[in-house]
Amino acid sequence: MLDKADGQIFTGNVRLVHAVGMHARPAVKLTKLAKKFQAQISVRVAGAPEWINAKSVAKIVAMRAAHGSTIEIKASGSDAEAAVAALVDLVASDFPDGAG
Amino acid sequence: MQGGAAGSAYRGRTASIGFAHGPLVRVDAGAGGERVAGTLVEEALALRKAIDLASGQIADLAASAGGEAAQILEFQVALLEDEDLIEAIFASIGEGRPADVAWRSTLDEQIAEYNSAADEYLQARSSDLADLRDRVVHILRGDEGEPLKIPSGGVVCADDLPPSRFLEIDWSGGGGLALLHGSPTSHVAMLARARGIPMVVQLGAIPNAGATALLDGEGATLELDPSAEQVRIFEKRRESHRKSRASARAILRRPTASWRGEHIKLLINIQRVDDLDDADAQYADGIGLMRTEFLLVGQSHLPDEETQFQAYDTVLRWAGARPVTIRTFDAGGDKPVPGFTFDGEANPFLGVRGLRLCLARPEIFAVQLRALARAAVRGNLKVMFPMVTSADELEAGRKLFAGIVQRLQADGIAAMLPELGIMVEVPAAALAVSSFKASFFSIGSNDLAQYVLACDRSNGALAPLMDPLHPAVLELIARTAEHGRRAGIGVSLCGDMAGDPRCLPALLNCGLRELSVNASALAQIKQTIDRLSSGGGVG
Repeated sequence: MLDKADGQIFTGNVRLVHAVGMHARPAVKLTKLAKKFQAQISVRVAGAPEWINAKSVAKIVAMRAAHGSTIEIKASGSDAEAAVAALVDLVASDFPDGAG
Repeated sequence: MQGGAAGSAYRGRTASIGFAHGPLVRVDAGAGGERVAGTLVEEALALRKAIDLASGQIADLAASAGGEAAQILEFQVALLEDEDLIEAIFASIGEGRPADVAWRSTLDEQIAEYNSAADEYLQARSSDLADLRDRVVHILRGDEGEPLKIPSGGVVCADDLPPSRFLEIDWSGGGGLALLHGSPTSHVAMLARARGIPMVVQLGAIPNAGATALLDGEGATLELDPSAEQVRIFEKRRESHRKSRASARAILRRPTASWRGEHIKLLINIQRVDDLDDADAQYADGIGLMRTEFLLVGQSHLPDEETQFQAYDTVLRWAGARPVTIRTFDAGGDKPVPGFTFDGEANPFLGVRGLRLCLARPEIFAVQLRALARAAVRGNLKVMFPMVTSADELEAGRKLFAGIVQRLQADGIAAMLPELGIMVEVPAAALAVSSFKASFFSIGSNDLAQYVLACDRSNGALAPLMDPLHPAVLELIARTAEHGRRAGIGVSLCGDMAGDPRCLPALLNCGLRELSVNASALAQIKQTIDRLSSGGGVG
């Protein structure tokens, strides 16, 4: 297996299928999951000027991602690839109970 | 409605339906105590301890409340674990601010940011932040309030009430919540609805007096120190609400409504995607009218194709196999939209509105048609044009639409032409209904009545004349339904008449078998049809 250089950035895109958008509950699940990783993880609504720390629930809620919007995720650090995959899966599977 | 000291009544907005009659209990925000600050290290330690204590308290509260309340409180716990937020506060303490001042000012900034948002959802979340802010401040000042003692059945009156305070109150003996401010989409409103506690918000200013209160969550009224007569009327309302609600809920769950052995399709009207959150919406046979004007208002620019597609797609996904009828932009008339509608029309209700406007602004219409053509492959979509007078207009709209579908498909984008129908609201369209090659008709009874009766529906002076049951209106409805029956074309009615139990016998007798109403009226209409079917009155 190839050694992944530190500083490599992994990215992912996922559509927010949650019926009411990024409300408090999905935001809590997303930040909880993000905190399980060492990687620095940022998210934004596709095309938004600012990246937001995926581990800050206050900022994730304030991001106001609407239903159907595309969430961009980027991460760097030792477990960045797994972090992006896990977050994409959480959002794509509509924040199932017990996740995060 | 506001009056003198005795028997005064106030009106607000409904947040949770129900009735409460009991002592009025005022709850004020805790008075701000003074606190002596220590050294930087002591202050940082004090805040760390207060946060841990608050976290424990909220977790205990969540554990005892369970369910939805626990999930709501989880947001507050997550805020306490938000390092971006908390680190900024410790940095502020490092610059010499006392713990409580640093905590409060950072939370206040966040609250202001949420409050400045345009949407009600984020504004409502600010009360969760305020709840957390006050809890930690109280701990830091050592003035944690005793749990609120609310007498059984008491009507709690406050500016706003945070979710954790709501959960500290023992509601087992009933009671209600009357807020001077607050929002129907707040977490505390969700809790009140989940617990069946009546709640009225945005009551405005109420004098600091009154011993007994009547709270009507349905009529959104608060009556203070009521007379015996007020109490009698209130109790009557409460009783009839209780009876009607119980039987309506039971009927709502039945698969379909039927009248004299025929199925009556009951669909819902929605103004925006959020309307699907209504608990009763799931019992609808589909969406009979999705208005799209919400996409036009409150925006700095007209909505792009993607924004529109997402909204339509959301609704189609919600509906699954059930039909969804989306009406193209019905701007103009009393719904002006900057950059879209024409200014300075002497008589806008008879002006360039509805489909007329869309055909006059093909560049704007094309964006909506592209979004609809793409959405059509995602579910059971039907599209209808509003304010149609002649068959040529329908054909012009169809031609535009078909051209757009062709171009999308040529570009390799999944799209199709959905079933096309029209609103029947112009008397000419109702009279010449057979001239339209439409896949379905939907009677817009509000405008149809206004045009047939020559009465501006917003003019209160004409209210007695503005009768949707006027024989001329019913004649046009019956002709449209009859044409549909003979030609095998679906006819529904989506105006206010459909949601008015008094109009139901006439509509069913006109031959209508498909009605579309607001989700909140679904239970009552299904119940009324059931009563009529078994020979009863409209109730």
